[in-house]
Amino acid sequence: MKILIKNGRIINPASGIDKKADILISDGKVEKISENIEESAERTIDAAGKWVVPGLIDVHVHLREPGFEYKETIATGSYAAAAGGYTTICCMPNTKPVVDSEIMVEYIKLKAQREAVVNVLPIGAITKGQKGEELAEIGKMAKAGACAISEDGKSVENSGILKTAMSYSKMFDIPVFSHCEDKDLVAGGCMNYSAQSQIMGLKGISNDSEDVIVARDIILAKSTGARLHICHVSTKGAVDLIRYAKSQGQNVSAEITPHHFTLDDTAVDSYDANTKMNPPLRSKEDVEAVREALEDGTADIIATDHAPHSSDEKNCEYEKAAFGIVGLETALPLGITVLVDGGYITENQLIEKMSVNPAKLLGIKKGNLSEGFDADITIINPDTQYSIDSSTFLSKGKNTPFNGYKVRGKVEMTIVGGKIVFEKGQIK
Amino acid sequence: MLNRKDVLGLRDVSREEILSILDMASEMKKRIDNPELRIPELKNTSIVTLFYENSTRTKTSFSLAGKYLGATVQDLGINNSSVKKGESLIDTGKTIDQMGVDIMIMRNSLAGAPHVLAKNVKAHVINAGDGANEHPTQALLDLYTIKDYKKSFDGLKVAIIGDISHSRVARSNVFGLKKLGADVTLAGPSTMLGGLGKLGIHTTSDIREAISNADVIMGLRIQFERFKTMSFPGLEEYRQLFGLNAEIIKKYAKKDVLIMHPGPVNRGIELSTEVVDSCNSVINIQVKNGVAVRMAVLKLLMEGGHVR
Repeated sequence: MKILIKNGRIINPASGIDKKADILISDGKVEKISENIEESAERTIDAAGKWVVPGLIDVHVHLREPGFEYKETIATGSYAAAAGGYTTICCMPNTKPVVDSEIMVEYIKLKAQREAVVNVLPIGAITKGQKGEELAEIGKMAKAGACAISEDGKSVENSGILKTAMSYSKMFDIPVFSHCEDKDLVAGGCMNYSAQSQIMGLKGISNDSEDVIVARDIILAKSTGARLHICHVSTKGAVDLIRYAKSQGQNVSAEITPHHFTLDDTAVDSYDANTKMNPPLRSKEDVEAVREALEDGTADIIATDHAPHSSDEKNCEYEKAAFGIVGLETALPLGITVLVDGGYITENQLIEKMSVNPAKLLGIKKGNLSEGFDADITIINPDTQYSIDSSTFLSKGKNTPFNGYKVRGKVEMTIVGGKIVFEKGQIK
Repeated sequence: MLNRKDVLGLRDVSREEILSILDMASEMKKRIDNPELRIPELKNTSIVTLFYENSTRTKTSFSLAGKYLGATVQDLGINNSSVKKGESLIDTGKTIDQMGVDIMIMRNSLAGAPHVLAKNVKAHVINAGDGANEHPTQALLDLYTIKDYKKSFDGLKVAIIGDISHSRVARSNVFGLKKLGADVTLAGPSTMLGGLGKLGIHTTSDIREAISNADVIMGLRIQFERFKTMSFPGLEEYRQLFGLNAEIIKKYAKKDVLIMHPGPVNRGIELSTEVVDSCNSVINIQVKNGVAVRMAVLKLLMEGGHVR
């Protein structure tokens, strides 16, 4: 099947292209990019005034399957991804059972092949059952297609075990995704430790609980030579540590979530647990620091940490509520509204951080609209202004603090491997 | 008059509202000692207490306050209720709400729980203590007691001493005292001061400084049950460094200093027994005032005309 996308603004940072052109897709690949392609296709799309970008890639998603299908499934998570302009998503292993073996990686891949509308890359656990005691089958998982290893949801507490895992991971050239949190310092906190936590009377989570583990993991990655990727950076301290490591030439990458670059902890003002996530919304100073990290390249990637929960798990006492919010369907407009319109980064840099750099981190041949690459393409109308409405989410999770938030930029179409999977608000 | 649906904390109650409660409490206090003055003004009012945490004085105090005003007061014995079968707070609240209840009074170990309840029920909700957040009626009775003895709050020096970090009493008092113009100092071990300093409240670990020229000293109970790991090495060290005994109170505080404590007291730890039983101590009077203040809150809330 051939698809011809005409008159769009093609933003392809990987090849340095940002111009009005046509793009011809054939057999799932990008066949040609040029001005005025006059070839007949089964489907011709007029993309005048729209952005045509390499499909977005999210390196940090919780699909909840197996074990928590009431929150999300691989299918529904993939629908949300497509609606958000994502063509590839990486799912975290904290399911039930945990993805810590070859067979679990195979299971996720098979389920995804059968039911998902976007590419799904499983992330394997670092230790068996994420218990922090024995190494998971890192080698077998890597060979079966795990794109990274992570203990996400927590840190590997034992530094010795983490160091062994980092060293071991190098044999398979697989990155280590680090969730940085010292749970003894968190000690039951449920929001940022700040003046706001004092106003609310809620137990706080201090910045140091994140910073000490970021420092530890950078040091261990240096001594082992592992490819370290720091998940959901939320503090100024962590940004400073990562900036320093990079200035020393260390191979470390970092992601920031849309909620951490958009909201500060004053959003926690009515015990609405849709503002509860881990790491928590931080202070204004931290928000500014993570925006600057995106601006100066300290943070390479925007990832959602999409964490769907059922309404009962959120509509309850704040301290009892589950940590996490959904993000797949709000990330792009928040990036445009906050970061591009806020003057922190350009449209090109936004696409770089949402597609090009994630592909680089994962070592996959994606994030590029050049000829011969997979036709994973997202078409965005940058001029659509609207209020986010969680009731329209395709994710099972409606847990977002952005309901009613005014944004610019809407995904019009998502194409995965040359197939239109999302169009006019609907999964095809 | 309290024209509001709920009383969740002194953080969002105005100075005027606080003063109107304190005035009404004076009237109510007369009725405690003289049963003949008790008018069943709330005879058409139905109150349910929901105590998810233990309590001696607050629960009894609220129950009697309601009864002295003629209200129907029913306790939902949490331990024998469907809460033990896993019923959620919101479902429990909605169930009780269907039974013709006007006021729900709740204590809960989770901060913000009364706010969640309040959003989900038509009844008025009064917070009887939520986690380490607020305990508004305790602070109101403290404010009433202080006003009764000291008349004015302007520039009044109040020292709150002890386990500040876990104390909803300290927090509600801070919000209330600041609104009324008092000069508040919080003192305790640096590990137990919490973060109220971030809101601009003066904090210190020097209790001599804290009680110097104090008009009011409020001791707080060390809440052993809330510590995950202890914040100080031991009771003997605590007693020596932060315990309030008659000697240092006499040396540093004003002669007519009021000694207060929300109770229950760990005698011999935060306050020496001598101090608890001294003539400056109003700890038992606070309890009586608690009933009066709660009567005032119930009456004003029902008179408030807030359309539910």
